[in-house]
Amino acid sequence: MRGKKKIIGLAFYFLLLALPIYWMLNMSLRTNADILASFALFPTDATLKNYIKIFTDASWYMGYVNAMIYVAMNTVISLSVALPAAYAFSRYQFVGDKQMFFWLLTNRMAPAAVFALPFFQLYSTVGLMDTHIAVALSHCLFNVPLAVWILEGFMSGIPREIDETAFIDGYSLPHFFITVFIPLIRAGVGVTAFFCFMFSWVELLLARTLTVTNAKPISAIMTRTISATGLDYGLLAAAGMLTIVPGALVIWFVRNHMAKGFALGRV
Amino acid sequence: MEKWPDNKAWLLVLPVFVIVAFSAIIPLLTVINYSVQDILAPGQSVFVGTDWFKEMLQDYRLHDALWRQFLFSGLVLVIEMPLGILIALALPKRGWGVSFSLVTLALPLLIPWNTIGTIWIIFTRPDIGLLGHGIRSLLGITFDHTARPLDAWITLMMMEVWHWTPLVALLAYAGLRAIPEAYYQAAKIDGASSWSTFLYVQLPKMRGVLTIAFLLRFMDSFLIYAEPFVLTGGGPGNSTTFLSIYLVKIALGQFDLGPGAAFSLIYFAIVLLFSFIFYQALQRVGRGEKV
Repeated sequence: MRGKKKIIGLAFYFLLLALPIYWMLNMSLRTNADILASFALFPTDATLKNYIKIFTDASWYMGYVNAMIYVAMNTVISLSVALPAAYAFSRYQFVGDKQMFFWLLTNRMAPAAVFALPFFQLYSTVGLMDTHIAVALSHCLFNVPLAVWILEGFMSGIPREIDETAFIDGYSLPHFFITVFIPLIRAGVGVTAFFCFMFSWVELLLARTLTVTNAKPISAIMTRTISATGLDYGLLAAAGMLTIVPGALVIWFVRNHMAKGFALGRV
Repeated sequence: MEKWPDNKAWLLVLPVFVIVAFSAIIPLLTVINYSVQDILAPGQSVFVGTDWFKEMLQDYRLHDALWRQFLFSGLVLVIEMPLGILIALALPKRGWGVSFSLVTLALPLLIPWNTIGTIWIIFTRPDIGLLGHGIRSLLGITFDHTARPLDAWITLMMMEVWHWTPLVALLAYAGLRAIPEAYYQAAKIDGASSWSTFLYVQLPKMRGVLTIAFLLRFMDSFLIYAEPFVLTGGGPGNSTTFLSIYLVKIALGQFDLGPGAAFSLIYFAIVLLFSFIFYQALQRVGRGEKV
């Protein structure tokens, strides 16, 4: 009985969740004039025109490529620096550990609007403007602290006896970390990877500030549809539908790690 | 158990420090520099000390935006945290339902924020939008977020809850899955009800991820810009002019970099202060429960 209620509640939630996305899909299959003319629960003259435009125009589809490049870079950088740091925060006591941990978090707290300008100056000075790595590095500002934070939480959930037993068994720290410890927290690694991907993927202000053409991401290109002739809602909706795809694939790949959780007694 | 004292652990933290400091310190110093100057033209500026801070602290529009912001973030936390936990508890634990649920939950999170605002403009329009049309034909109410402040708030809250509750749910779910099966078996042997299992096993074990979810939702909702800017533009009137919207109006709309920078730093300080209080409080709650 309880189980049934749970499923009905969950199904209802997923229905509500899907409605705006369905509407985006609906809009993406119609022309702008059609969208603005009348309400249609299902598109009557469904057209792929909007998608064709995106896939045939390099200035559109390169936006996805650019975004995927710097997002992948950011995710890899964030995870590889955050894993050892999170281990240090979860296992060791060292001078300034608490202060350092909280300082990292403060980097997510600044309002972006005014801070974007000095970012432009900084990255121009070091000659990285309009490169993928510039955006990837700037996104580390908010993703690395998040990654450290999430990973630290998962690592602290693992009893320290496991580390101690492994060290007694003769494991070195790097060997233990890679072969035993990371598999234990793979749920955390999966979640972290997804969150780094997600926050970097949807960030607009820094990505737009630091790119001109070569590395311009899709989220910035989409603002182009706001032009003198008004907004092309159909095209925007199609571009929006396509922005979901890479992230959905990422979560598909990490889903098992997220779901399996934790198996004790691997050492 | 105490952590191992060892200052060599700094070596593990160093890469993180370097990579974050690179993007953090110079922009912060630059903004502090702007905030004490009156920039008349590029390369031409006058030192004004704390004048901009005084001006901003006395700005009643900033005060109004601040109260609005507190109300907004408060509502966000009160709705999204319990809802997210509830969803995480209801999600399937094995089988195809897991993949389906996780991917579905992630969908709203993956859409760029300005696009979300734009989609919701149409979605909520009574004439051509699914939600607006649905409300009008089912309830007989013509929903109009461009004219009525309450409607604008309801629309924003719906969008916000739709957009971000999955983040809480995903984090809570990952936290739940990280609880070893043995804990549940122990609870079962003790004859614990599902409520007490939740209260004494699941909730304490989720403390870490829930702290993250709470603070992330606090920070991001307090800094929210793109979605309300696109959907309501801060209106009707000033009813949805949150801090970021007002900040952008000053800093970029009027090109007042000095006051804008002072505003940014005050804003930053408020987020910092509250995050610190919440962080400390949540840490303390956790320690209390362990005893």
